[in-house]
Order: sequence, then structure tokens, then C-alpha cells
Amino acid sequence: MTSEEIYRKLEPIIKTYLPEDISAKEINRSSDLTRELNINSAHLVDIILDIEDVFNIEFKNEDMEQLRNVNDAILLIQQKISI
Amino acid sequence: MNSQEILNQLPYSEPFLFVDEIISISAEGINGEYTFKGDAYFYAGHFKNNPVTPGVILTECMAQIGLVCFGIFLINEEQIERVNFALSNTEIDFYIPVFPEEKVKVISEKIYFRFNKLKCKVKMLNAKDEIVAKGTISGMIINNNQQ
Repeated sequence: MTSEEIYRKLEPIIKTYLPEDISAKEINRSSDLTRELNINSAHLVDIILDIEDVFNIEFKNEDMEQLRNVNDAILLIQQKISI
Repeated sequence: MNSQEILNQLPYSEPFLFVDEIISISAEGINGEYTFKGDAYFYAGHFKNNPVTPGVILTECMAQIGLVCFGIFLINEEQIERVNFALSNTEIDFYIPVFPEEKVKVISEKIYFRFNKLKCKVKMLNAKDEIVAKGTISGMIINNNQQ
């Protein structure tokens, strides 16, 4: 799966958990999920669980440490799909 | 970890402690009890001359037993020591009022516990085993050692 295809599936997941004061237009590949998109830690877990379902992969605790922005998520997904 | 050790680790005290006893606990769920004290402070105002336990207090009791006691047990299995809890979501329906001096039972089942987020299906029963309230509650366990 190309990173473009992953992004197309990932964006609607993130959108679901955006706080009301953040517009979906602000999502881009370099968006920091917690600092820029204001996603709280509980919703970050929801996003991970949704990603697991959509892409049929599993995240480990260590993966969370690498996950800061949208691009990190795409890379992690890409790594896991190719295993 | 036994029930008393869990109760000792609870971060609450009077007048905001809503757990008396843990009846059973496992990696999948918890079952605990609480009796609402007749002289609890909130009955003076909820409602005027008609004391009924507020829904938020029922929710709090469900969260203290179903999420926090349970969470203390679960993280103890993972050998994490000092933690804080933050409630992240509640979705509860209420069915029957709870009056002063009533004993309730809280039964909580784990939906998932991942990345320090604990989400549970929680219900509260009265002494007649009627469902008082039920729904889902989730919270984050914040590991102080990481801060």
C-alpha cells in the first residue's frame, strides 16, 4: 500500500477524534497529533485501535513512543503491513 | 493483590470515597459494593427535603469500583507502581433511583485495557438485584514514573 493510500484511509479516522475547535483542513502529514491537532491521550488510543481494525495490524507499547505526527503513523502502518 | 491492598491504594478519602468492599476481582472484571451513608453531604441539597443519590455520584461510585479499583489491580499485574487516574469518558443510563442507606453492587467487565486506557462495561444493581444504572466508562492510567 502506498503512503498516499494509507493517508486516505487514515485521515477519516483522525477526523473522528478531532476536538471541535480544530478543523479537518488542518490535518496534513506533518500535523503533530497531540500538540497541533489537540487530540488527547485517550482519543489517541482510540485512533490506534481504529487503525488496527482498518489495517488489520497490531501496535505495541513501544510503537506509541514513535508516534508523534501523521507521517509517523503512516510509516508505522507501512512497516506493519509489510511484515 | 488482595482486596484490602487495592482499597489501601485508592486515591480517595471521605467525603468522596464510594467503595466499601471488593467482592471479587480478576483480569477480566471486578465486583464491589458500597452503601450510601444517610448523612452524606449531597443529600442536604439533592433534592430539597427529598434525598436521592445524584446520578453523578452513582457514576462516581461506578468509576471508583469499576475503573479505579480494577485499574489498580490490572497495573499491579504489570508491576507499575505510582499512578494517577484520569476519567476520559462515561456513557451511563439510569433506571432506578437510589436512596440514602441503600447498598449497591457494581459489576464491571473489561472491554479493553491497552496503552494505559481502560474501557469497561459497568452496571450498578440495588439490593433487590435490579439494574440501577449501566453503561461504559473509560479512563487513562497515568504512570507517574514516566513524567
